[in-house]
Amino acid sequence: MGGKNQTIGLLVLVIAALLAPFFIQDEYFIHLLINAGLFYILVAGLNLLVGYLGKLTLGHTAFLGIGAYTSALLNLKLEAPFAVTLAGSILVSLVLAFLFGLIVLRLRGPYFVIVSLCFAEMLAIVATNWVSLTNGPMGLPGVEPPKFSIPGLFEFYLDTKTRFYYLMLALVIIVTYVTHRLVHSVIGRASISLRENENLAESVGVSAFRYGMIIFVAASVFAGVAGCFYAHYVSYINPEVFGFIYMITMLVMLVTGGKGTIAGPFYGCILFTVLPEGLRVAKDYRDPVFGIILIVVAIFLPQGMAGLFRRVWARFKGKEVA
Amino acid sequence: MVPEILQQLLNGLIIGATYGLMAVGMTMIFGMMDIINFAHGEIYMLGGVFAYYLVSLLGLNYFESIALSVALVMAVGLIFDQLVLRKLRDEPTLITILVTIGLSIFLQSTVMLFWGPSPQGIPSPFPSKTIQIGPIFLTPFKIFMAAVTVAVIFGLHLMIQKTTLGKTMRAVFQEKEAAAIVGININKVYAINFALGSGLAGLAGALLGTLFVVYPNMGLIAVVKAFLIVIMGGMGNFLGAIFGGLLLGVVESMAAGFISSSYKDLFGLLIVMIVLVVRPYGLFGKKI
Repeated sequence: MGGKNQTIGLLVLVIAALLAPFFIQDEYFIHLLINAGLFYILVAGLNLLVGYLGKLTLGHTAFLGIGAYTSALLNLKLEAPFAVTLAGSILVSLVLAFLFGLIVLRLRGPYFVIVSLCFAEMLAIVATNWVSLTNGPMGLPGVEPPKFSIPGLFEFYLDTKTRFYYLMLALVIIVTYVTHRLVHSVIGRASISLRENENLAESVGVSAFRYGMIIFVAASVFAGVAGCFYAHYVSYINPEVFGFIYMITMLVMLVTGGKGTIAGPFYGCILFTVLPEGLRVAKDYRDPVFGIILIVVAIFLPQGMAGLFRRVWARFKGKEVA
Repeated sequence: MVPEILQQLLNGLIIGATYGLMAVGMTMIFGMMDIINFAHGEIYMLGGVFAYYLVSLLGLNYFESIALSVALVMAVGLIFDQLVLRKLRDEPTLITILVTIGLSIFLQSTVMLFWGPSPQGIPSPFPSKTIQIGPIFLTPFKIFMAAVTVAVIFGLHLMIQKTTLGKTMRAVFQEKEAAAIVGININKVYAINFALGSGLAGLAGALLGTLFVVYPNMGLIAVVKAFLIVIMGGMGNFLGAIFGGLLLGVVESMAAGFISSSYKDLFGLLIVMIVLVVRPYGLFGKKI
């Protein structure tokens, strides 16, 4: 695909996304798109770690939960406005990612996978049992919708689905841009070299720890931001934000969409938020089907839908693809 | 105070031995096949589920049900290995992890369809009244559980050390290319190994499902615990898994008895974090 085609394609996509609320009458569908956007931010971060750095984390929900709880607590206990809760979520997830990274980034392969899962489980236990702070399993209700205001001058609440949709869209564009720049920088190339052969990359001076830390912190901050949006959008959070089911959903989205590609998370998130609604009859069978999809895709389509589209496109243009 | 410590110690050892069973299964599968089996927790859950159905629906007696349940779980492991894992023998671990996560989701949600979310205990013929031995109280079922666990671990040890099959397994464990060159059927050994490892998890599920309850989501926390143990003991380390299991059981039991029962699961996780900060490859592990 040429660079020019790609730019035009992206422009069409952005315009379509901007206009979408004018054509969609059904609020529920807007809600689905917001959900897809939320998952996109999470999966884009996961993709940096799993797809580019080649480290499988099962603790991405830890930072979703950290972001959500930070924002909710700041908003409920200190009545902080949206800008402050967002900054708080970013700061807390950044600091915790750095500290946790100091421990886990020295671990390789299976050890990393398992300890990341343990980290999320630990936070879930704390969120469930520290009742005086988190209200335990009952959760924290009543988080305000995002508000932009200059005291005395104006106040603007993002309290409708459409307004929130535009906020989400802006965020999705920012995240995509940041991911794109990151992946095509020295950091991205270093990560890919570490993914392909960690020992070899280190032997030519690529620091696994340094680049691992940058990617890990970036991915975690994405998740923290998603958590902040989640708390303000749903207005209620409980320890289930740390749940393994979200982790699995993200992983299925990433693997099916295509890990290690910019477009992959996008395909995955759209497919798995919109498609299950179309197949509402089969709701009970959704999770078993998820499981089978994960097995089949992991074996037969290691590059997911993004890889498949690329191959189909190449055949269409009559070229062989590497 | 002293009797209470002894009591918690014994409770911890008995439950820890069952954790050990599960962890040995996981470490066998990892050590030989390089597979981190995320479905191990669901295999454990299936052990409890099959035993429950065999006792309460088919009306088999308790001991037959446990034995049959373990056999069924081994069959599930065998089928999964031959149908799916066999195709992935030379793939990177990331792929096999994803595939076993897929299996874990599939098994958990499928069981949820039949079972529903509510927990059930497996009815056992043991009387629930406690027996007093000196200052310590025990239920007959806990004694049975400890006896079965010890017997199975010794049986497994004898099998691996003394029989031809055990010798073959050790050969593949050490050096699979060399084992293949001298004519060992690697695929067959892998399949047997995976089935055996699954059987151990199934047995643990049936036993703990009798002591506590069985429910479709019970696998997640169990697999996390098995991971913790396997990490502490060093991945692929048989003895490490048993000691790790006993240690985790005792730590949990002490924490629940003397600190706080709602935070008991946190202590195991914390210990592993600390172990890994000090030794990134586990207590008995080697650098990989």
